[in-house]
Amino acid sequence: MTWETVMGLEVHVELSTKSKIFCSCTTQFGGEPNTHCCPGCWGMPGTLPVLNEKVLEYALKAGLALNCEITRYNQFDRKNYFYPDLTKAYQISQIYLPFARNGYVDIVTRSGEEKRIRIHEIHMEEDAGKLIHSAYGDYTYPDFNRCGIALIEIVSKPDFRSSQEVIAYLEQIKSTLEYLGISDVKMEEGSLRADVNLSVRPLGSDKLGIRTEMKNINSFKSIERAIDYETSRHIETLETGGLLVQETRRWDDNKGKTFSMRSKENSRDYRFFPDPDIPPISISEEFLLQLKAQQPELAHEKKVRYMSQYGLSEYEARLLTESKFLAKLFEETVELSKNPKETAVWMLGDMMYLMKEQSLEASKLCISHEQFAAFITAVASGKINRTVAKPIFEKVFASHDFDVNKYIKANNLLQINDEDIIKQVAKEVINENPGTVDEYKSGKNKVFSFFVGQTMKKLHGKANPSTVNAIVSEELEKI
Amino acid sequence: MKISKEIVREMADISRIKLTSQQENKLQEELQELVGFLEVLNELDTENTQPLTHLFQISSVMREDRIFPSYDRTALLKDTPEHTDETIVVPKTVE
Repeated sequence: MTWETVMGLEVHVELSTKSKIFCSCTTQFGGEPNTHCCPGCWGMPGTLPVLNEKVLEYALKAGLALNCEITRYNQFDRKNYFYPDLTKAYQISQIYLPFARNGYVDIVTRSGEEKRIRIHEIHMEEDAGKLIHSAYGDYTYPDFNRCGIALIEIVSKPDFRSSQEVIAYLEQIKSTLEYLGISDVKMEEGSLRADVNLSVRPLGSDKLGIRTEMKNINSFKSIERAIDYETSRHIETLETGGLLVQETRRWDDNKGKTFSMRSKENSRDYRFFPDPDIPPISISEEFLLQLKAQQPELAHEKKVRYMSQYGLSEYEARLLTESKFLAKLFEETVELSKNPKETAVWMLGDMMYLMKEQSLEASKLCISHEQFAAFITAVASGKINRTVAKPIFEKVFASHDFDVNKYIKANNLLQINDEDIIKQVAKEVINENPGTVDEYKSGKNKVFSFFVGQTMKKLHGKANPSTVNAIVSEELEKI
Repeated sequence: MKISKEIVREMADISRIKLTSQQENKLQEELQELVGFLEVLNELDTENTQPLTHLFQISSVMREDRIFPSYDRTALLKDTPEHTDETIVVPKTVE
């Protein structure tokens, strides 16, 4: 039987406000356990939560950018559960009136397939604490620093059919939120977390199978692996006549497997009710218009513009616009160098290679756009050749006050275009290697590159390669 | 609505409390009384009545995004039944 995987995503995003959602403790990542806490986020009796206005602003920006309808009259609700990741035995969330509904994201998968993924709703809520389990004893130590950090939860419709679609969707959400400047969206630090709801069904069926929810997946690579694993587990169970249970499963990245999370199983009854501590929030038309006007050009809009304005391919434009930091560097460099194609070539080639090699994120780049532009101009105008350019680019990449032109001058790296000089050196090489000349003459064309290489070497790699080619060929013909 | 023993046990389980059978009986009785009291509401016509979630007619109360110093950890931990220098201690939540 052919099976189809059906998935829906719940994406939790930590908003990058300075203080927590309902109290004034810092949201800074890390910190000694329980040092970013107060009676408010510890849920002590007698404290009252007061909403952080930036949380509302950031949340609404996300809702608008993800094409949602915005709820004008908002409330917060209590989700009651007893678990030591928060002290007050309920999480403040939005169940009945989520602030955003019915949005969508248009994705393009790596294989170029286009699809619209519908967003069911987005709500605001507070994050819970982190549990540290003792390796030896029978204890758990809760750290409540994360308790009360503002989250939005983006709930999709069950529109995904492959891990490729899931990745494309997450990449787009990540990039959009980064452009909006409302979250750090770092999976490894937990500011972007995805839970995957997955079920399988015979291809062609319109009924949904029993679904499981996978938690604790913290990289794009793991998401792909977790989906593949869970899909085969479902299919295998069904094909061997086993029974699937609707449950939450924890992904173990080291073992490459999912495990049932039994401890929370019978706490499913959350007894939701509106939180009487927080007055309702009304959102005006003017406020929404104001936020809409502030919305920057987003990645997918930039991509289309790069293709038409700079003549880049879809692939090039996509890679350059995925991160707002790369896009900014590209635009500022092109502004000075007036050479989008050459700039794109170096960014997508050598720069991405170096970033990958050093595991450097785009936000951490220290390259200066002025020096990068000077470099591009030097390459494009033939002032330096590509052999010389490569190591120079590494220096431009590594330090933001590296001076390209000064360096070229000081190290005498200007490209040699003078045909007389090249001709003289080529003749030298030919005269010094009579044996190889004979080989060439007897039809061994391969040795041609030997002459080119030796000539280039004598000129310290600085000669114009096409001129060297032409002259060497010319001189060999003369013999 | 009838409050059964099962409902009492489920609620105890959700709240992570242990009840003796004597306490179960007592709670069953008290909850039954409470629910009976609330059932008066079912006799009223609430077709056109909005649920009342807040007693005061105020809305959009918010604060600026500013950091204030957090609490002293020692003070927060002081009154918990069991704690280390850094955290409270609870029974292990994973197997």
